[in-house]
Amino acid sequence: MKRRAFIKSTVAAGIATGTAAIAPNAFAKWTKENFEAKGTDAVMAAIGATDATVSKDIKIKAPEIAENGAVVPITVESGIEGTETISMIVSNNPTPLTAVFTLGEGTAAKVKSRVKMGKSSDLIAVVTAGGKTYKNHVSVKVTKGGCGG
Amino acid sequence: MGTIKLRTKVKGDLVEVKALIKHPMETGLRKDKKTKEKIPAHYIQEVIVEANGKTLLTADWNTSISKNPYLSFSYAGKAGDAVKLSWSDNKGEKDSAEATVK
Repeated sequence: MKRRAFIKSTVAAGIATGTAAIAPNAFAKWTKENFEAKGTDAVMAAIGATDATVSKDIKIKAPEIAENGAVVPITVESGIEGTETISMIVSNNPTPLTAVFTLGEGTAAKVKSRVKMGKSSDLIAVVTAGGKTYKNHVSVKVTKGGCGG
Repeated sequence: MGTIKLRTKVKGDLVEVKALIKHPMETGLRKDKKTKEKIPAHYIQEVIVEANGKTLLTADWNTSISKNPYLSFSYAGKAGDAVKLSWSDNKGEKDSAEATVK
């Protein structure tokens, strides 16, 4: 498992540096393996964030209690200089990786969206900046799940 | 098709972009209450927002983005910018909308 994670993160880092050298404005393609990864550990390994540094410069705005898990408004703001991507991960969802936002030059490192939460869960935000990964999280209590009918 | 509501607003040196997209965002895990059959996954995977042809932001999404997705962010821009949002989903459907920043 550790070896696998290492290979993945190395490959990811290699790709990131490679593309950065050729085309600074290249944007990542939708990655099936990352979005289908089950469980938070698998997602963090897939996106190369297993060893992400916890950073208070990542601010997550989400309701403490969400009455309707089908629509939970989330804002993630990164105060980390050179923020390139912002990912949203809902720990307790079947496939936790919810969104990856890649920012262009001049785009503010603050994104707002709405997510589904099957049950109460941690919401993790992962930020990549200058080849490093950072994370922070908040807990959201869900009173009515958002993945049923 | 008109699935996208795109709003832009100048806020100082920034332009705020707000978008609301009409889409079912089916997870593939829900069952039809009558037939008891699983409703196939149908969700937006990629959203691209550009201004004057330059990419501002891409959003890669999973099934866990809420139905009729909402997205908002700001970029360093000005009145007159041509903002374009395009989305594509897992079934190959797509749509786009443009707005001029006022």
